[in-house]
Amino acid sequence: MTAAKGGPIIRMTEVDKTFGTFQALKSVSLEVATGERVVVCGPSGSGKSTLIRCINGLEHHDGGSIHVDGIELSPNETAMNAIRARVGMVFQQFNLFPHLTVMQNLTLGPVRARKLSQKDADDLARHYLERVRIPDQADKYPRHLSGGQQQRVAIARSLCMQPRILLFDEPTSALDPEMINEVLDVMTELAESGMTMICVTHEMGFARKVADKMVFMDHGDIVETGSPETFFTAPESRRCRDFLQKILHH
Amino acid sequence: MCRMFLCLSLTLLLSGCAGGQWGWYVVDPTTESGARNLSFLLSGAYYTIFLSVTAISISVVVGLAIALPGLSSRRPLRWLNRTYVEIVRAVPILVLILWVYYGLPQVAGLAISVFWAGVIALALSDSAFQAEIFRAGIQSIDKGQYEASHSISLNYADTMRFVILPQAIRRILPALGNQFVYMLKMSSLVSVIGMQELTRKANELVVSEYRPLEIYSVLVLEYLVLILIVSAGVRWLERRMSADENR
Repeated sequence: MTAAKGGPIIRMTEVDKTFGTFQALKSVSLEVATGERVVVCGPSGSGKSTLIRCINGLEHHDGGSIHVDGIELSPNETAMNAIRARVGMVFQQFNLFPHLTVMQNLTLGPVRARKLSQKDADDLARHYLERVRIPDQADKYPRHLSGGQQQRVAIARSLCMQPRILLFDEPTSALDPEMINEVLDVMTELAESGMTMICVTHEMGFARKVADKMVFMDHGDIVETGSPETFFTAPESRRCRDFLQKILHH
Repeated sequence: MCRMFLCLSLTLLLSGCAGGQWGWYVVDPTTESGARNLSFLLSGAYYTIFLSVTAISISVVVGLAIALPGLSSRRPLRWLNRTYVEIVRAVPILVLILWVYYGLPQVAGLAISVFWAGVIALALSDSAFQAEIFRAGIQSIDKGQYEASHSISLNYADTMRFVILPQAIRRILPALGNQFVYMLKMSSLVSVIGMQELTRKANELVVSEYRPLEIYSVLVLEYLVLILIVSAGVRWLERRMSADENR
C-alpha cells in the first residue's frame, strides 16, 4: 500500500472499560494515522468490538482518553456530535432500517443530520450505491436483498455521511460464505482509495492484502501490533502464535 | 364476523315475533312512534363516537409522552413514568369520571362541561395503558437500530421519529386497535354524568317506554356495529402496512 499517511487521526491513551465486574479493556493505547488501515483480530471476548465501539461513543470508556481528529471524546454532546460526524461504522448485523427502502436508508442521515437537500442526498446515495455495485436495488427494501447486498448497502449508508474514518465490526461474520468476497472486494477498494479504516475481522486474506498495521488483542489487552509481514510470518508472542495457528490451519 | 352478527340479530327479531315477552313495537321503524324512538336511540352515536375518538387521540399522544421518559437511562425520569402509570392505572374509570366532573372543578375553580369531563377522564385512564403499550413496542426494537442511528449522526428526536416509532407502531397496531374498542365501550360510563351518548339515550327511553329488553337489545347491537367497524378498520390498516412492507 502506497497511499501517503498523515499524523494520527485517532489516539487512544490507556483506555479502560468495564462492564459490571468484567474488564473489557485494560489500559489500551493505540494510534492510527490518517489513511492507515488497521486490522484488529483476537479470540472472541478479547475486547476487539469494545475497542472500536469506544471510538465512536457507542460505549463510554471509564478511564484514559480518546482523541479523534484532535477532539477529545466525552459524553459532552458537542464533542460527541463532532466525532460521530467523522466516524462511520459498519456492523456485523448490518442494522439497516427494515421499514425504509435502500434509498431512504442512505438519505436519512444526509438529509436529517447533514442538512442536505433531498436531491443532493439522492445524488450522493446513487453515487455510493454505484460504488458498492448495487445501483439497481435502490427502491427495494433491505429484506429483499441478500446478506452480501445488505452489508454493501450498510457500507454505502456510512459513506453517505462522508466520514473520515470507517470502523468495521466483523462485517462478514454474519454472511454466508459465498457472499463474503463481494463485501471484502468493496472494502478493499475503499482501502485503496485512502480511507482510514479499522476492521475487526477474522478474514486474514483480506488483512494480508490491505492492512498497514495488525493489532492482536487478548483478554482486553493489545498483545501485539506490527506490520502484516512480521505479524503473519514471525509473531512475537506465544498467544498470538497460538491464535494464528488456530485460525489459519484447520 | 358479519355472518355471526346477522344470525344474532335474526334470532333476536324472530324470537321477538314468536314469544309473548318481546315487544319490538317500541323500536319498529314502520310505526311513527317506533321510528321516533329508534332515531332517538341512534342520535347518541354521534357523542359516543366523537367522545371516543377525541379521548383516544389525546391518550395516544399523552401515552407516548409518558412512555418515553420510562425508557430513559436517567432514574428520576423512569420514576416519573412508573408513578404516573401505577397511580392512573389504579383508579377505576367510573371513579375517575366522577372525580373529574364533580371534584376537579372545585380545585380548578372552573366548570368543566360533561363532554370534556368525559374526554379527560377516559383519556387520562387510557393513557396509562397506552404508555405501557408504547414502552413494550419501543423496547421490542433491536438495539442495533439505535446504534445505526447513532453512527449516522441522527439526534434523539430524529431517531425516534424516523427509525424507532415507525417500526414500533407497526408492531403495536393490534394493541392500539384493542384499546380503541375498549374506549368505545368505556364511553358508556360517561352516561352517569349525563352525557347524551348511546347508553344515556337508552336509559332515558327505558324510563319513558318501560321496554328495557328491546331497548337495551338495540343498545347492544349499536355497540356491536360500532366495534365491528373499528376492528375492520384496524385490520385494513394492518393489511395496508404489511402490504407496504412487502412491495
